[in-house]
Amino acid sequence: MVSFNLLVAVSLAYVAFLFIIAFVAERQAERGKGKWLRSSVVYTLSLSIYCTAWTFYGAVGYAARSGLEFITIYLGPTIVMIGWWWVLRKLVRIGRSQRITSIADLVSSRFGKSTELGVIVTLIAVVAATPYIALQLQSVTLSTAVFANTSGQNWGAQELASAALWVAVGLTLFTVIFGTRNLDANERHNGIVMAIAVEAVVKLFALVAVGVFVVWGVAGGIGPTLDLIDASKIAEWSPPGGRWFGLIFLSGAAFLCLPRMFQVLVVENDDESRLSTASWAFPLYLMVMSLFVVPIAVVGLDLLPEGSNPDLFVLTVPLAEGRSGLAILSFLGGFSSATSMVIVATIALSTMVSNHIVVPIWLSSRAGGAMMSGDVRYAVLMARRLSIGGVLLLGYVYYRLSGGGEALAAIGLISFTGVVQILPSMIGGLYWRGATRWGAAAGLITGFAIWAWSLFLPSFGAGEVIPQIVLDQGPFGWGWLRPQALFGFAGLDTVIHAVLWSMLLNTAAFVIGSVLTFPLPLERLQGAQFVDVFEHSTGTRSWTHGGAEAEDLLVMAQRILGSTEAQDIFQREARRQGKEGYLPEVTPKFVEDLERELAGSVGAATSHAMVGQLVQGASVSVEDLIAVADETAQIMEYSSRLEAKSAEQERTARQLQEANEKLTALSIQKDAFLGQISHELRTPMTSIRSFSDILREGGAPQEMQARHAGIIHDEAVRLTRLLDDLLDLNVLENGQGTLSRQEGHLRDVIDRAIAASVVGEGAIKIQRKHTEEVIALDTDLDRLTQVFINLIANAQKYCTAADPVLRIVVRKAGGRMAVDFIDNGAGIAKEHQEMIFEKFSRLSDHRKAGGAGLGLAICREIMIRLGGSISYLPGQGGAAFRVILPTEA
Amino acid sequence: MAVRGKKPVFLERASYRQRRLQDMARLLPVVAAVLFVLPLIWKLAGNHGRGTSDVMIYLFAIWCGLIAVAAIISRRLRLEPDDTDKEES
Repeated sequence: MVSFNLLVAVSLAYVAFLFIIAFVAERQAERGKGKWLRSSVVYTLSLSIYCTAWTFYGAVGYAARSGLEFITIYLGPTIVMIGWWWVLRKLVRIGRSQRITSIADLVSSRFGKSTELGVIVTLIAVVAATPYIALQLQSVTLSTAVFANTSGQNWGAQELASAALWVAVGLTLFTVIFGTRNLDANERHNGIVMAIAVEAVVKLFALVAVGVFVVWGVAGGIGPTLDLIDASKIAEWSPPGGRWFGLIFLSGAAFLCLPRMFQVLVVENDDESRLSTASWAFPLYLMVMSLFVVPIAVVGLDLLPEGSNPDLFVLTVPLAEGRSGLAILSFLGGFSSATSMVIVATIALSTMVSNHIVVPIWLSSRAGGAMMSGDVRYAVLMARRLSIGGVLLLGYVYYRLSGGGEALAAIGLISFTGVVQILPSMIGGLYWRGATRWGAAAGLITGFAIWAWSLFLPSFGAGEVIPQIVLDQGPFGWGWLRPQALFGFAGLDTVIHAVLWSMLLNTAAFVIGSVLTFPLPLERLQGAQFVDVFEHSTGTRSWTHGGAEAEDLLVMAQRILGSTEAQDIFQREARRQGKEGYLPEVTPKFVEDLERELAGSVGAATSHAMVGQLVQGASVSVEDLIAVADETAQIMEYSSRLEAKSAEQERTARQLQEANEKLTALSIQKDAFLGQISHELRTPMTSIRSFSDILREGGAPQEMQARHAGIIHDEAVRLTRLLDDLLDLNVLENGQGTLSRQEGHLRDVIDRAIAASVVGEGAIKIQRKHTEEVIALDTDLDRLTQVFINLIANAQKYCTAADPVLRIVVRKAGGRMAVDFIDNGAGIAKEHQEMIFEKFSRLSDHRKAGGAGLGLAICREIMIRLGGSISYLPGQGGAAFRVILPTEA
Repeated sequence: MAVRGKKPVFLERASYRQRRLQDMARLLPVVAAVLFVLPLIWKLAGNHGRGTSDVMIYLFAIWCGLIAVAAIISRRLRLEPDDTDKEES
């Protein structure tokens, strides 16, 4: 006999093992070592979340009740996988080219990035998944109860409910930890994929082990097993034809539409070749999973007393034969099936809920929209965590409400039928350009309503939600609206009845709605990109001219992608255009690419709306639409060649123009400087001369003389400093002078710089993290200190904020250590950013600055000599300078 | 990129093979669907000699066959970045 405590201990150890697997996989992926994590084998195994506890326990129960019919649930996906060249290949290609994050995102993106459609699909998915999640909780608790009962405890409803609650809490934890660790730009979760791949092996192994035991251990070989089947109550082959056919269709369709399947099939997949392997390997997995179902069912029927629950034969048969080890293995198999499904389903659903419901509401509730302050990433992650908890809570509530008494197979089919309502809009959107968002919305709502009325609400039991009298006679006595006999079609199987009517009317509404309405330009553009994804993957732009400031876009991108990644994207684009720094020219292509990057995190609709707020007005032009409508490849190719050429010319022209602007500005400034330098020299000279005249004449009182001498001294010092600066710059520029290398710590350098520059009342407040600054340096520390002093002094001088604060942030940028100096003042206008590092340049009036405008020029020369660099960092909410430390650091 | 309307009439032997493999890949699910529904006709034909065990053996045999064929096709099919139209040019 297995003690209940042993079972709990084994389960906990197994969970800990999964945690470690997920953790290691995540670490490997972070270090870029996890190539094997993305192999075809892992991909195929991750698809096995199709086989939930409904398969593991339910299939045997199903077979014991209705014979071979259970197999239809696995034949449908087999046909879909074998037919990957038709649908899946296209789905995966679109998923990659459009950065699709979920099935709701796919539908929303196809129909003009519509927020409303995203909401509808999300709601359907959540409602349809709830019974399914309840089913998983139920199966884990029921199987635990089997062990509890055999070890003498007697579990009642109370214990079952609390066990379900614990399972739900544990799953929430695991999913939150590994599913929302970071907001990945591609929405991929290496840790979780690896854990479910391991679980896939465990459940297959467990079911096959029980099967082998039953066939060779109990029945006594293949021949006797077949005899046993022929002698059992399911010996006769008499499937209702409609159900056989209908369930193959239903399962195949659900395989494509289930949010969790979409997550592993499309979102987590970044390589089409994996699909090609999975096209035969996954049917093989399904086949092996189904192989021993009928033998286990008939042996269970034969062996166990009348009235025992056939859904638990996988456990109770080994237990009845006294094989405790096998029973525990089988329990772990069922546990794996349930948990892996719940984890992936909640991740998929929480992505949908956060991207299509929470974030749009959150954005519109804030004035200023995309440009407001605050980190969107944090809000998105929080929304995901809460939705994970919310989805599991819904599942738990459904489990408690439904009483957990139904046959497993029935709940699964209800869920499948609900989610399949997405199929017409999805397939229609993939193959028919004429499909519009109105048609999609009409189809989705019609199908969802019929499903709810004819299958979902009656599933709570007669009289629970829909009163018995309505079930019998229809609402208000309208017989043709009876939930289970719509339009008078009585006597049909309830599931098939619901599938038939919902699919027919859903498709009809979708087609009629699409034909009668007219699509938006963006819809037609997206439609063309989806339908013809293999012809022109790049496609035309949905933004015609960038009316946005690059800096605004950077601010927004930083809040969604994080500062490092956003700066990388901007810098890369700027370099591609042949520009320095972080602010590229805002070309339509760049806006398009950026929007796609953002869509990978928050979904197409939200991303489009946010970019749209910045890039005002023109999204799609008539010319773009003509280009789409005109299908001749010549035009496409010719224009793309022209485009490449003109892009090249544009780049050169831009570089020339930039150089020219710089030269002009410099020569103007140089003239100004000559005037200014003479002025700078003259002012102290004048006062020195006049005061020395007074002194020479004599006769002034003693203290007066001392004061005059003091003024002369100060003015002389000022002159010397100016000349020193000029000399210093000259030396640096000509590469003269030696560097005195020293070893030291970044923290000490910053300490010294602050001590030297931050003095007196009302000094700027410095924010820094000492722990970040523990970096060993081997360079000319005095020179580096000089640079820091200059930056801090500048912030002190120019920061206009009432309460000036300077943040000193140390971070990794492009593989090197960087120190950012960010103040909270007004920042530097874009037209000046180019010029500030040039010598003699100064933005405000010079009296306030009290220098000749050489400081930043000296800093730049120093950093170049040290082997680092200094640049202006736009989009930080104030003036910000980035010092890249020398490589030796 | 291929120019539409000017597809070449003849293809190289290798490209020709690829095309036929794609045809097979498209056809296979249809064959699978027909074979999986076939047992219903036995019932309609009133052939009561066939029981659950016979149908089970039939289904699993078909299943294995389909997996084998799908494996052969997917191994030989070349996946190119832009596979549908490029082979023609």
